[in-house]
Amino acid sequence: MSTRPELLAPPEIFYDDSEARKYTSSSRIVEIQARLSERALELLALPEDDVPRFLLDIGCGSGLSGETISENGHHWIGLDISASMLNVAVEREVEGDLLLGDMGQGLGLRAGVIDGAISISAVQWLCNADKSSHEPRLRLKAFFGSLYRCLSRGARAVFQVYPESIAQRELILGQALKAGFGGGLVVDYPHSTKKRKEFLVLTCGSVPTSINDGHKDSDDDDDDSEDEENGMVCVSDRNRPRKKQRTNKKGKGREWVLRKKEQSRRKGNDVPADSKYTARKRKSRF
Amino acid sequence: MRLIVHNMLTCNIKGVVNKFPLRIEAEKVIKKEVDFNPDFLRHMLAKIEWKALVDGARSMGYTELPDQLESEESYSFLKKFHHALLELHLEEGSLVCQETGRKFPVEKGVPNMLLHEDEV
Repeated sequence: MSTRPELLAPPEIFYDDSEARKYTSSSRIVEIQARLSERALELLALPEDDVPRFLLDIGCGSGLSGETISENGHHWIGLDISASMLNVAVEREVEGDLLLGDMGQGLGLRAGVIDGAISISAVQWLCNADKSSHEPRLRLKAFFGSLYRCLSRGARAVFQVYPESIAQRELILGQALKAGFGGGLVVDYPHSTKKRKEFLVLTCGSVPTSINDGHKDSDDDDDDSEDEENGMVCVSDRNRPRKKQRTNKKGKGREWVLRKKEQSRRKGNDVPADSKYTARKRKSRF
Repeated sequence: MRLIVHNMLTCNIKGVVNKFPLRIEAEKVIKKEVDFNPDFLRHMLAKIEWKALVDGARSMGYTELPDQLESEESYSFLKKFHHALLELHLEEGSLVCQETGRKFPVEKGVPNMLLHEDEV
């Protein structure tokens, strides 16, 4: 990415009227937002009983993610700091209720009323000090504290984030845990720089039954349950390296070889098919 | 802004004790039909502060809600609840904090809940 928006200006200034319109009319952005929202809703693990829930969309912007929530049959409140983005949402007549507010000031919602919260590409804005009176840590604390309070028992919060650095991700996760949340990070397509997406899945109250595994690259793109190659091939006793011979404890492993072969295939090269012999440990003399 | 949101909103100003509910000063109210879903209404009944809902509905011009929550959820009750909760929109007006008198303006149906620097 060339420049991160949050390094250019605070969100309420960056997303002015023309930027808001550009954002919402870009079909690429609309498609990405829809996909991210669907995935976030999936990770919310709402009970499948066909009862609509009451959700919170944090940093709802022009309502792109909110539309996905409506399409899935739920009611929602959207919060955003940019009046311009919310104006676009009003124009598009989104079904959720909108609030103009700053998540770093606390959400201001009553305890236990929200069944789940999602946030698409918004929480990283909290990590920047846009005004001299801002201290990111305090704003994160106010945000996570108020979020924890307003979520009902067993509810989840799923944030899709683009953290600037590992330090930023640690900061966000750390403040969330301090507020009382449990949970962790789900990473989709971890090996692809282009497709990689991170979701912070936070749980409130009860222990989650399972945090979903991240999506991995495979021939069928969205097949979550497909088994994939797992780490290195074990060295059998018979081939245990003697002190004189070169020990091959480090090595590139089957996973790396398969990944490289896939990359080469994508480039269009003629690559032999993968089989049980691929990256099989050869005798040390090779 | 609909009453379903108003029933959840509190005044976020630092130091305020009586933060809920916010008083509604309605200037323009419109009605928009929404699909009736009794499952969702029953799910929400547990979360709603009934008195705040009745007062809020009254300030938006709807007085059909009973003062007390009925124990048997009859169809007619659920229809009234549905109408008050989801179909009344406050387009223009303000939300007033009962303790400090601070007004949060509502424009085009969107309440402005941004706090000033000294209120955080």
